[in-house]
Order: sequence, then structure tokens, then C-alpha cells
Amino acid sequence: MLIFTLRRFNLFFFTMLLLTILSFSLSFLFPGEQLVNLTGQINASPEQLAALAKEYQQQSGLLTQYFSYVSHLFHGDMGYSMTSHLPILTEISTRLPATIELTCVALLVAMFVGIPIGFVAAIYHRKAPDNFILAIAMVGYSIPVFWLGILAILVFSIQLGWLPSAGQISLVFEIKYVTGLQLVDILLSDSPYKWQAFQDATRHLILPVIVVALAPATIFMRLARTAMLEVLDTHYIKAAKAKGLTFSQIIYRHAMRNAVIKVIRDVGLQFANLITIAMVTEVIFSWPGIGRWLIESIYQRDYTAIQGGLIVLSSFIFIVHIIIDFVYAALNPLAREPNNGT
Amino acid sequence: MTHCKFIYCNFLTLLALVLSGCDSNEALSLSKESIIYCSEGAPESFNPQTVTSGTTIDATANQLYNRLIEFNPTDNSIVPAIAKSWHVTRDGKMVTFYLRKDIKFHQTAYFTPTRELNADDVLFSFNRMLDIEHQYHHISGAKYPFFQNAQLVDLIDSIEKINEHTIRFRLTHSDSSFLANIGSNSAVILSKEYADNLAEDGAMANIDMLPIGTGPFKFKRYKSGAFIRYETHASYWRGPSQLKQLVFDITPRDTNRLTKLLAGECDIIAYPIAHEKIRQHPNLTIESVTSFNVGYLGFNTSKAPFNDPLVRKALSYAINKQAILETVYTGQAEIANGLIPNSSWAYDESIESQEYSISKARELLIEAGYPDGFSMDLWAMPVQRAYNPDAITMAKLIQADLQKIDINVEIVSDYEWSTFLRKITEGEHQSVLLGWSADNPDPDNFFSNMLSCTSAITGSNRTFWCNEEFDQLLQSALQTSNINNRKAYYSKALKLINEEVPLIPIAHSKRYEARSMNINGTVLRSIGGIDFNGVTKN
Repeated sequence: MLIFTLRRFNLFFFTMLLLTILSFSLSFLFPGEQLVNLTGQINASPEQLAALAKEYQQQSGLLTQYFSYVSHLFHGDMGYSMTSHLPILTEISTRLPATIELTCVALLVAMFVGIPIGFVAAIYHRKAPDNFILAIAMVGYSIPVFWLGILAILVFSIQLGWLPSAGQISLVFEIKYVTGLQLVDILLSDSPYKWQAFQDATRHLILPVIVVALAPATIFMRLARTAMLEVLDTHYIKAAKAKGLTFSQIIYRHAMRNAVIKVIRDVGLQFANLITIAMVTEVIFSWPGIGRWLIESIYQRDYTAIQGGLIVLSSFIFIVHIIIDFVYAALNPLAREPNNGT
Repeated sequence: MTHCKFIYCNFLTLLALVLSGCDSNEALSLSKESIIYCSEGAPESFNPQTVTSGTTIDATANQLYNRLIEFNPTDNSIVPAIAKSWHVTRDGKMVTFYLRKDIKFHQTAYFTPTRELNADDVLFSFNRMLDIEHQYHHISGAKYPFFQNAQLVDLIDSIEKINEHTIRFRLTHSDSSFLANIGSNSAVILSKEYADNLAEDGAMANIDMLPIGTGPFKFKRYKSGAFIRYETHASYWRGPSQLKQLVFDITPRDTNRLTKLLAGECDIIAYPIAHEKIRQHPNLTIESVTSFNVGYLGFNTSKAPFNDPLVRKALSYAINKQAILETVYTGQAEIANGLIPNSSWAYDESIESQEYSISKARELLIEAGYPDGFSMDLWAMPVQRAYNPDAITMAKLIQADLQKIDINVEIVSDYEWSTFLRKITEGEHQSVLLGWSADNPDPDNFFSNMLSCTSAITGSNRTFWCNEEFDQLLQSALQTSNINNRKAYYSKALKLINEEVPLIPIAHSKRYEARSMNINGTVLRSIGGIDFNGVTKN
């Protein structure tokens, strides 16, 4: 396990190194003054600029400049947004929780819906339910997310008026910011309208979550189906059958757990995809997350924000990958063997 | 197996509960007692003294503050507000306001007032704008655009406090539009006590960003570019609003506002699109008000052939205003019979709408000596304004209209807006499509700014028309405070414009607001944007 952990940290370290080099070089590649791109201080006076140049070691070689940049990052200083003039860290820390909330709920929904359906498909292998599920999975995976989002708003918000189309919660409610995770904050708050706010926030979550979850759910269906088919083909299942266990006993006691472990391994891989979908969804549903903020920053050519957003979002994806790797390793001792590590 | 089913059942039950809403009545009341207004933009400041942008005025003027006097929303007459009454001396040079004694300032998390409003607050609010030595004058960049445009600095000689609840303005000369200016949105009353506290703490800039006023709502929170939250001012002197809170949800895209209205996320939306769709919806309705503005076709009367009133008159017969109204304003405006809209007290019903008649136009043109027509240029403004949403299309329609009387029109519109205005001010044009939005309901705001001889020199009169008789009428109207006399003077002035035609008024555009049926009370004001006082939800 120690070696497994070390390997992961090693990977994390080198990926972060590459990411920071990329982000640092972006400040040269964007149009305009490199120092301004790096710090976001567009209206700085010559004196302030000189001080900043000193702080970022602009007179020294590139390597020193890079290290100075990284040390600023370590201190949580990612410069200031060129449009709002707020520190990037503040901007990100107020928005990242909304994205985490959306993606995590969507991931859970995708898993809890996709995996069982995939198992059903495997159990009815090559029969009508299997074909039907595969067809649905294909359609679900092929629908462009922006189209699905707009369609969902058109049907459920505009035509039927059932669900809200924008934001995290109705502005009627005032929820004190604690963790940034809306549902958690509502539960923590002492507002007399707590339950009503919770209900409202859940209603706001439904459409974006469904839109984000659809594509990963279909992938989980196929992964779960394949995993289950593999498991059902193994010797121990055959042995169980030979022992005379019923079909449901075989599935619930032996096959399911082993198939789930195989799927969990791919959850991490799906996460990057999920974040991409979430970014588009955030724009469509005006979800106050980091994806929408990053896309707006690109529109407004807020270079500091693009750099900061890039680093934070990629590290977030990467950290989730590693966590899922650990979960997988904890569930499956075989994965901890050095020759199975990636 | 049963265990798994149990989890699923629980989950489904929870979901059903969440969706159906199993609340007590008490909890439901919050959204019933709140109004969410989806506005089109973010305010620049929370003090209408420092800006003239409509978005900022909408968000602040009527919600947070009061003025000494106000305009009646139905007939735009002047009514008491903070001043319960006022007195103007016979020579019109001294105006005394008697203030109400029961006006309380907002109590918020950042300020607790210890006294009620008195003359010091009024003095502070006006001196801040008028006195360049005042410690608060230069906060917010020393720009008080409305006061500067209205030239109140020249008009107001001094302001004195007679006693705690009486204040007197001494004017350099008599000006009957003075009261209208004092009632405009920029003339709000701030708290001197709050300003003193801020000065002590060295946080003077907060006066415009963390507002304290006397209005029906008090400031709670502003999330930059996202929303503004106001709470009800429980001790509002006109009686507290029935609402608990008022939220401005800043939604710049019109399609998003419409979606939010349809999905029930907004109670009222600003500048709606798809009016037909909203009208057809069983739970929605549209409110409209004709704004105090005018879109016009102006002639450069200093250049031939438009120095001849006959030619100008001929053109006024040839323009099909109805077609313009339907195409350019998509029916969302009123045809302008004169310079001022019919909601103004100076509107004269006896002035008839200019008829559309090609034959009359042709007759006049022959009489003026242009039987074969002529060529002219028409400058069309390159930007959108409420009074003219699409000047280029309007110019094309006019071009086609004038073609019928053999006048060739060349449209000029490829200048950038500020260059365009500069060239117009220098008189490079022969004719121009422009407009005017009034700052207050006083008719003088239209006449003097658009057509007086002085404005021909200062540049806001784009027709360079200078008529002594007309100017005399405006002067006489300003010197009297008898409204009937003023009305008579302005009626004569309107007739003079109709005869001389320095410009052809085309339309007074309307402003719209869409809302759900359960909102009662009017929000839109023809002057000063929107007002949520008295609006209720059921």
C-alpha cells in the first residue's frame, strides 16, 4: 500500500509540475504584458508594477521566475481577476463548491441509476431488455449536452413550469455561506424556512443533475454490463452454480460486488468527462459554478482567471482520480500489487 | 434484497416529499411575501444623485429613498413627499419647504439612526451636490450629472435652515421648472447623521454603496452582478410594505428573463420580449407606460432647402408615421402628435395629428419651388435608444416615403456615436433622426432643451431653429407659476412648432414590464422608472 501511495503522489507531483509550467507559460502566450497577465493588475501604477516585478523576480532567469510563481501559488496567491478585480482565490473558492455539489450529485445519480441498469442488461444478455438498454445507452450518450439542457428547460421549465431553469436556489431564501455546498449550508443554517429552502434547492438541482448525469450514466450502464458479463463467465460463478445456488443468490452474493469493483475503477476516468459536461450545463442553467465562471472569463479575456481556473479545475479532477484509485485499491487488494498500478 | 429495496423506497419517498412540498403554511409565506424582479443590468451605485443611468435609477431611487416632493404617477402633478407642503414667493425667487416630522431612516446592520429626518439632512443632501468645497462633494468622482445638466448650481443661490423642519431655497431668478427638478430622481435625501458617522470612521465612500435612506425598502445585500436584496423598512412613514423582501435578480439576457418568468422564478421582468406569447399565457400579463420621450426627424433649418418652412411642412405630410410605428417600434409606441406625450399636463388635445397625404406634400413642394423634388441627406443614429430602437430602418422607411414626392434621400449612419453627435452639433447634417428622453415631467425639459435659441448655441438643439416668438413663450411660461397660464403658453408653443416644423415628432415609445397575475399594483412610472411601494402578492 505504501508503494501504491508513493506512486500516486509521484504521479500527482509530476502532473502538477506540468500543469504549473503550462499555466506559467500561458502568461507569455496571452497577448499583453506578461506580468500583468500573471497578476491581473491591469490598472497598476508604474511603482506598483515595479514592486510586482520584484516580487515575481522578473529580473532573474525564467527558472527563478517560475519558482517565484509556484511559491505564490502555494501561498494561495493566484493574482487578481482582470474583470472583477477580486483575488482569483476568492472567486474560485466561492464557486468551486457549487461545481463540486453538482458533479458529485450527478456522479452519484449516474452510478446509482447506470450500474443497476447495466447489471439488468447483463443478466438478460442478448435478450430484449439487454437490446433495449443498449439502445437507450447509445441514444443517451449521443445526445449533445447543450441540446439536452435546452430541451429540458423548454419542456420542464417553460412548457410545464414544473422546475426552475436557472441558479442554485430561489433568491427568496438567504442562506448563510458556510461550506459553499448549498444543501449542506441549508441544513446547517438556523433559518425558519430551512425545509422550504432545502426543497427549493433540490428542485433547482434536478434538471442540471439529470443533464450532467445522462452521459456518464449510459457509460456506467455499458461498463457495468461488460463487468457483470465477465464476472458471470468466471470459474467461481460456475462453481457457485454447480453448488446449486439460485440465480439471485449468485448475483447478489457473488457477482454484484465483484462487478461493482470493476466499474468503480472507471469512475475516476469518467470524472474528467463529467466536469466538461458540467461546464456546459452550468452555462445553460446559470449555475454559479466554476465552469460557468471559467467560460465567462474566456469570453472576457480575463487571462489571470483562465490560468487560475485551469489549475484549480485540473487539480480537482486529478485529486478525484486519485481518491477513486484509493477507493478501488481499498476494495480490491489485487490492485495494490505493483504490477497492477498505473 | 429487502434491504436494497428499503433504501430505494426511502429515496423515492424523500424525492416525492421534496417535489410535492409538505410544508406548513407558515413556511410557505416567505415566497408569498417576497417579490423577485428580474432586472436588465447591475446598478453602478446605490445613490441616484451620482448617476443618470436608468438601470441604477430603477434599482435605487424609489425603493431606497424619498425626495422633498414627488410626481403623482397618474397625472404627473407635483405631490408632497418629505415636504408636507411648500410655499413659493410671488416673485418666484424663494421656495420654502415644510418637512414632515415623522420620517425615520433605515435601521440596518451597518447603521442605527438616533434621530428622525430633519432640515440638516436636506441641507446635507443638496449641499453635497452644489458645494464643491463640501467634504462629500468629491466622493464618487464629483459627478452629479442631473444637477449639472439642469444647471441647478446657477439657479440655487443658497439654501438655509429656518428651523428643524423648515428649509428655504433662494433662487437667482424665478424658474417654474424648479419644483419639477427638485422632485426628480436625483434629488433624494440622504442621512447627515450616517454621513457624519462614516466620516468619523474614514469610510466616506460607503455612503453611495451601503445606502441609508427613508424609502420603503432598506438595503440588505448586493452580490456584484448577481442580485440585490432589499428588506422592508418596517417604520416607513407611509406605512410599511406588505412584502417582506424585494429581490432584484440581475439577468441581462432577455431570453433568460422570459424563461425565468415562465418558470416562475421571477415575479416581474424588465423589458420583456415576445409580448404575444406572454399575453396568451393564462398566468401572465403585461404592464406598459408611455415614457416621457420623443423620437423625431429634425431638419437643419440653417441649410437650404430646409430653411424654408414650406419644404419642412411638405415633408411632414409625406411621412407615414403609422408604418414606422409598426415596423420600427413593433407597435410598442404611440404616434407623436407634438413634442410632448399625452401623459404630460401640457399636452394639448386640440392639436391634431399631422395627416399622411402625398398630394398635400406635393402641392406644398410645388408652392415652395421644388416641383421636381431634390436630393438630401438623412443622418440616422447608429445606436439603439428607447425613443428610437432602430434609426436605420426608420431612415429607410422615410427614404421610401420621400421617394414618392421625388426626393432622393441618402442615409448617413456609418459614424461612431460620439463622432456622429459631434458632427450633428457642428451642423454637418441636413436632416437627422434623433430623440429626447426627459429627466422630469416638466414640459420645459422638452421645449428648452430641444428648440430654444440658447440650446441652438449650446448644441442640444440639433435643428438650429431659433424663433424669438417661441423663446418668448418659453420664458413667459417659466416666469409664471400658474399652471393654467403655463399650459396656455405651451399650447401656443406647440402650435408654433406645428406651423414651422423645425422637426417632425414621430413617436413616444412605451416601456413594458411582464409579470405573473398574482402581483397587484403598478410598478412602472412614466418618469423615474419603477416603484415597488404598494405592490403586493397574493
